[in-house]
Amino acid sequence: MDMKRDYFEDVQLFTSPVVVFWFAFLIGSLYLLPFFVSNYYIYVANYIAINIIVATGLNLLVGYTGQISLGHAGFFAIGAYGTTVLMVKFSVPFLIALPSAALIAACFGFLLGLPALRLEGPYLAIATLGFGLTITQIIGRVELFGGRDGIHVPDINIGSWIIDTDKEFYFLLITLTIFLLLFMRNLIKTRMGRAFIAIRDADIAAETMGVNIVFYKTLAFAISAFYAGIAGGMYAFVLKFIEPEIFTLLMSILFLAMVVVGGLGSMFGSIAGAALLCWLDLKLRNILDIPYIGEWLKDLSQSWFSLTGVSNIQYIVFGSIMVGIMLFEPLGIYGIWIRTKKYWRTWPF
Amino acid sequence: MIDFIQMIVSGVATGSTYALMGLAMVIIYKTSEVPNFAQGEMALVTSYFAMMLLTTMNISVYLAFFLSFVFAAILGAFLEFAILRRAKEPNVLGMIVITIGIEMIILGFVSWKFGAEAKTMPFPIGPYDGFIISDIYISKLDVLTLISALFFMIVLYLFFKFSKLGLAMKATQQNSVAAQIVGIRTNRIMMMTWGISSLVGATAGLLIAPTVMQPFMMWDPMLKGFAAAVMGGMTSLPGAVIAAYMLGIIENLFGGYISIEFKTVVAFVIIVLVLCIKPSGLFARHYVKKV
Repeated sequence: MDMKRDYFEDVQLFTSPVVVFWFAFLIGSLYLLPFFVSNYYIYVANYIAINIIVATGLNLLVGYTGQISLGHAGFFAIGAYGTTVLMVKFSVPFLIALPSAALIAACFGFLLGLPALRLEGPYLAIATLGFGLTITQIIGRVELFGGRDGIHVPDINIGSWIIDTDKEFYFLLITLTIFLLLFMRNLIKTRMGRAFIAIRDADIAAETMGVNIVFYKTLAFAISAFYAGIAGGMYAFVLKFIEPEIFTLLMSILFLAMVVVGGLGSMFGSIAGAALLCWLDLKLRNILDIPYIGEWLKDLSQSWFSLTGVSNIQYIVFGSIMVGIMLFEPLGIYGIWIRTKKYWRTWPF
Repeated sequence: MIDFIQMIVSGVATGSTYALMGLAMVIIYKTSEVPNFAQGEMALVTSYFAMMLLTTMNISVYLAFFLSFVFAAILGAFLEFAILRRAKEPNVLGMIVITIGIEMIILGFVSWKFGAEAKTMPFPIGPYDGFIISDIYISKLDVLTLISALFFMIVLYLFFKFSKLGLAMKATQQNSVAAQIVGIRTNRIMMMTWGISSLVGATAGLLIAPTVMQPFMMWDPMLKGFAAAVMGGMTSLPGAVIAAYMLGIIENLFGGYISIEFKTVVAFVIIVLVLCIKPSGLFARHYVKKV
């Protein structure tokens, strides 16, 4: 159905004018969104966009290159702290601070990529997990980073444009997100992207064909960390205040869950997975406020469970989604989408 | 000097809990090549089950513990039967995601049911019971943990070396198709493995519970146990135990002499360094992938 006949067809961004139209429509509506919805939903959109950036970066590592990372909260923290500290302590302007922090994260990604060259499976999982935990511990002990008390994040100003509302921040973030997504999409279609995929499918065969494994594996870690760093830097401005306890192992797990639930090796999957899990995360934090279900859960908790622990239902929901996706649709939301599309294309048959 | 010995003693004590968790993970990895991230939470739910039995029903401690062990074994076997066996494309990432998913379900369930606040476990030996031998304080609970860790190590080592079931488990791991051909019911073997592993992990949970009992209590022991298992080579039972004691002792010495703040993460730094030098752990024969 999606047969590609030549190289150009594979790399082109739009396959038909209809796609151009819908793409332009989507971008347009994303930019017009803040004029129609309330502030809370802009906050939700910001939160989702940041996680989309991380999920896309992590997907390059997990979905396209076939490595495992349980330490992305570490890169996220480096991005957040790097941007904030550069702006507060060294008064670097935002436009330089954010990429520099992301580059620092990328350097750490490169460093983590070096041991990862020799590791796989559970070994890689524990090494990255340890990295994530160590980074947050170290950040929490350094006085320059505010230590355990955390650090306040200043307002962004670009030239004379001071960003102090969610709405203005949304415009900046959405531009950045679209740019990063397009970059990633094009990266995957190039020689580099094909090298990543070759490493995932059979690393020894790829090496035999002349793919430089050392270079591409560390590069995948670095790019992935760069994306997490950018997202972390932006996340600091959403929170306005950061402390080391935010960047937990649970956060790394959630990032991995977004990629897996959305679908490994698919851009659409990362977006859908991040959007779904973030929305659920925000909704389930105040689970008792959800109409109908909230009341019922309250009764249930009072009679059988404890009312203080009711917010932990979100763990149950996330866990069930992860298990369910792996059991029934290993390709995630993307797989469901592909099947639906196929079903309707060939409909009466 | 007294300080030094005291640190070694408490290092051995922490090492014992890591060793139990590490053993539990090695058993599962040995048979099914699944890195079981749900191990800690399986132990957690068993500890809470024991607490529930002890506080709500009027039964003796030994009966309650026996029932909790039965519960742990059934839980492990059930998880394998209901979830792990149904996985469509079992690869390492998929298995990690499934076990993390199970972990989150159990964690959410336990903290929903019992609340997030700390509880106390009615245990025959209190956390502060101990004795002093030539100025060194030794807690009874730690001795019990040490004994059970060594007990499980020896029993499991002999089990895998000599018993028919243990050999069948080994065979299943090495080549499950060939194992099936010679008449081993690999499915049943897997279920048993999960049951045994859950039981070993639950021992660690029950021994940690008197000191600290809250929903996140098993995270640190589980991760350190996993680190020890990886350091020991992921398939070697004595390797996991030795690595666990090394981690426990190094951690305590580091906390005592260098920096108490980085005590909890030093294990992970060690693990990364060890893996850089020996990528398949200290005690494993080098793993070569077949193409």
